[in-house]
Parts: sequence; C-alpha cells; structure tokens
Amino acid sequence: MTLATRARESLNSVALIVGIFVVWELACLLFHVSPIVLPRPSQIIATLVLQMPALWPNILQTLFTTMIGFLGGMTIGVLLGVLVGVSRTAYNTAYPLLVGFSSIPKVAVVPIFVLWFGSGTIPAILTAMTTCLFPIVVNVATGLATTEPEMEDVLKALGATRAQVLWNVGLPRAMPYFFASLKIAVTLAFVGTVLSETVASNIGIGTVMMMASANFDVPLAFAGLFALAILGVLLYAVFALIERRVCGWATRKTDFAAAQ
Amino acid sequence: MSVAFSVDSPVAARRIVQLEDVRVRFGAGDNSFLALDRTSLMVNEGDFVALVGPSGCGKSTILKLAAGLLRPSEGEVFVAGRQVGAERVGVGMAFQNPTMLPWLTVRQNVMLPLKIVEPFRSSYRAQKNGAFRDRAEALLETVGLRGFGDRRPWELSGGMLQRANLCRALIHEPKLLMLDEPFGALDQFTREELWAILQSLWMERRPTVFFVTHDLREAAFLATRILVMSARPGRVTEDRAVGFPRPRTFETTYESGFTELTHDLRSLIVAARQAEVRS
Repeated sequence: MTLATRARESLNSVALIVGIFVVWELACLLFHVSPIVLPRPSQIIATLVLQMPALWPNILQTLFTTMIGFLGGMTIGVLLGVLVGVSRTAYNTAYPLLVGFSSIPKVAVVPIFVLWFGSGTIPAILTAMTTCLFPIVVNVATGLATTEPEMEDVLKALGATRAQVLWNVGLPRAMPYFFASLKIAVTLAFVGTVLSETVASNIGIGTVMMMASANFDVPLAFAGLFALAILGVLLYAVFALIERRVCGWATRKTDFAAAQ
Repeated sequence: MSVAFSVDSPVAARRIVQLEDVRVRFGAGDNSFLALDRTSLMVNEGDFVALVGPSGCGKSTILKLAAGLLRPSEGEVFVAGRQVGAERVGVGMAFQNPTMLPWLTVRQNVMLPLKIVEPFRSSYRAQKNGAFRDRAEALLETVGLRGFGDRRPWELSGGMLQRANLCRALIHEPKLLMLDEPFGALDQFTREELWAILQSLWMERRPTVFFVTHDLREAAFLATRILVMSARPGRVTEDRAVGFPRPRTFETTYESGFTELTHDLRSLIVAARQAEVRS
C-alpha cells in the first residue's frame, strides 16, 4: 500500500464519520427530535467543548483506570496464554474453561469486586482487567499452539531446549496474534472501566454519564460517549502503530514490502 | 578428521549414526502402522550417505530418528554426541521445506544455530555483529547469495531459500549434516547447481553427510555410499559404494558407470514397489 492510497483510505474513514454526523444532524432538525431524546451532534460537540474543564479530570481518571487495568490484563494474559499455549494438551484442556470465563457478562462481576474492595477505582481497574484479559490469553495461546512443527524442528534438531524454542520461534510467531488481541483488549478495557464507574464510583466518565442521565442532561451523557469513542480510537491507533512496527513481517503482502 | 578417527579406533571408521533393529510404529490400536521394521544401518565418519527408496518407505522417519525429533518404538538409535559421556558432535539439518523464520532477515536465519549451539551460544551477543556476521556473509557468498543477507525470506526465490537453508545447516560447522530431500522442490537446473555447491562445500569441510532423496541421479552424483530401502515397513536392503572420482561433474552423469548405477538402483526400487503391491 502506498502512502497515497493509505491517505485516501483515512480520508474515506473521516468522510464516513462526518457523513453520519451530517445525516444525524439533518434528521434531528427535519423531524424536530427533542434534545432530551436525541441531541444533535453539534449540540453534543458544543457541550463537550464547553464542559471540558469539568469533564477533563473524569476523562483522565477513566484513562488512568483503563490503562492500569489494561497493563494488568496484558501481563496476566500473556503469562496465562504462554502457559496454555506451550503444549497442545494444556491448550485443549484449558480452552473450554477460557471460553466459559470469557462468556460471563462482566457487569456481573462488578458487584463482587465492590463487595471485596469497596466502590471506587480498584473495582474499576479489576473490571477493566478481567474484561480485556481473555482475548489476550486466547490469542497468545492460539499463536503458540498453531506454530508450524517444521519451524520448531529446525531448532529441536540443534538440541535446543523448550525455552529456547519458545523464545526463538513460539513467541515471535505469536506476536501478530498478540498485537491483534491488544487492539481489541484496549477498547474492551474501556468498556470494563466505564461499566464499573457507572455502578460504583464517584469519578470517571461512567459516573458523569450516570449523573447526566439522572438529571436529564442528555447532551452531556452523549458528550461522555463521544469522549469515550475518541479515547478508544486514539488508543486503538497507538496499538495499531506499534503492531505495524513490531510485526511488519506478518502483513508483508500489503504495506511492508512497499515500505522498504 | 581422519586423524581423530585413527586415534579413536584404528580398525574401523568411527560410527556417527547407527540404527540397531529399530522399529517405529505410528498411531495406536487398529489405526497404527509400522513405518520401520527392524531397520539397521550405520553411517561412518566422513561418509556421504544417500538413503533412497520408494515413497512412504520411512526415509524421512530414519532421518528424524537420527536428528532426535522422534524416538524409536523398539531398538537403539545411536548418534555420536547425543549419548552421555560421548564426544559432542555438532549436527546440522535441512529439510525439503526451507522453513526460514519470516520475522528474521536471511542472515539472522542463517545465524540461528549460533544462537543455540555451544561453543557459539555463549559469545553470541558479543559477536553477532562482528565475527559471526562475517561468517554468515562469507557462507552466503559461497552459495551465491552475496548481498542478500539483509533481505527477508519471502523476497527470495525457492532456490535461493534452499541455499540459505544449506548455509544455516552448515554455519556452526557440524560434523554431521542431515538433509531431508533438500532439493526436492526445485527445478532441475537449480537442483543440479546446488548439487555442485553441496559437493564443493563437502570437499572443503568434510562433514559426515546423511541425506534422504528420491532422486537417484542426485544420490549417485553426491554420495559415497547409497542405501536402498524396501517398501513400508522399510528396511535397508542394499548398501552400495559409489567410487566415482571427485569432483564429479555433469559429464560424470553421462558416463556408462553412472548410468548403470542409477539403472540398478531404479530396478531395486521398482522391485520393492512391486513387492509392496503384491503383499
């Protein structure tokens, strides 16, 4: 992919978002939709800008909570993923358990965390962590478990230890899987944080949105949503960038070869 | 190397690989089948042994046994250096599929054994941008891959990858080189070119080579000894010395002795195949 086509694609993405906003705006004006039901994008953006001084500490709080939870989830996720992925037996044994855990609605664990740690930042961090944990575990484990035996044989024939095979073949081979999961995990961590904040916290975007909807300040609630969406896109972009740097070899057919 | 073995054992050449009454059974219960049945063979130091036979006779299984990637169901597999107390023998290996790691450059792939095998491993960090790098470059140059060290594997053709694969098998100067149909997936011209490269590398470094092939001309061109296997479950049925002088050239392949040898080998394998069909 050349620079020009990539620029055109980003331009298309922006145009799509702007287009949806325009349609939304026009539809609200045309059908006289009350801002209490559905505020117009222009109102939401105005609220976001005007309320920024009040929103900013909450945004920082949510961002901080999400990142701590995400880092925790990533660390534990990689460790568990390696543990599960190193042997086919472990993989087959643990997989049903993983699927079971990941299908538990995370909203159900918030009260338990609140019970254990009280309301506030800690249950939010833990919810973010558990929400983003499983995609990472499953992807790292899958990346390791699907390593081509021929690749491992090259090292085994040299008398390499299991650790050496893991370090030189398994982990690099699992990297694209790991980064693909990170992009999903970081947005999921947001979901977890906000979920916990709406239930049991007094600071953060989730709390702001809860209070705004209780006061029928619908534009503010939507402003909270917009703030979340923007943060989510930014973090996704950061990890997509890191992924391209680290695992360029895995996407060689599209942009890596051209980048050389 | 000849000095080493005369000290070690003045009578017979030193054995590098030995299979003793080896049986290999794959699978379990009714679905299991016997891949090798009471196979015995021996590869001595300095040999260039080719293993030929009908397809599915267990050639690759033998190589996997020797490489330690597989354990025999019954019998003994001896490889110099792997047994406790024996002198360490470096082993290099190349498969039909070059399996270059795509996240590394060609040079990094070639240097991979240095990262794993002692005595190189302990000084890998210090030398990977110095002596080891030069060593990899020098080796790549001998197989005609000068300037390709910084390329990624997917930028190379099949023939080039297989040359890099040979380099990777040789970089740690193994005493034993095991090749599993290394040129099987290449076109005839590239293949013959690589025969010549392999022969000159062998004449220069004199490793013991144990290789599997289904190409009888390849076996006759390269080997000093050819082992012929029967159909599955495979056993070694014929042990032929090949005495053509080296370096062998493509003229050699048109001489009558060469044609006779490949013809004989072909008859043996055809007979083995027919025996399988009858049973």
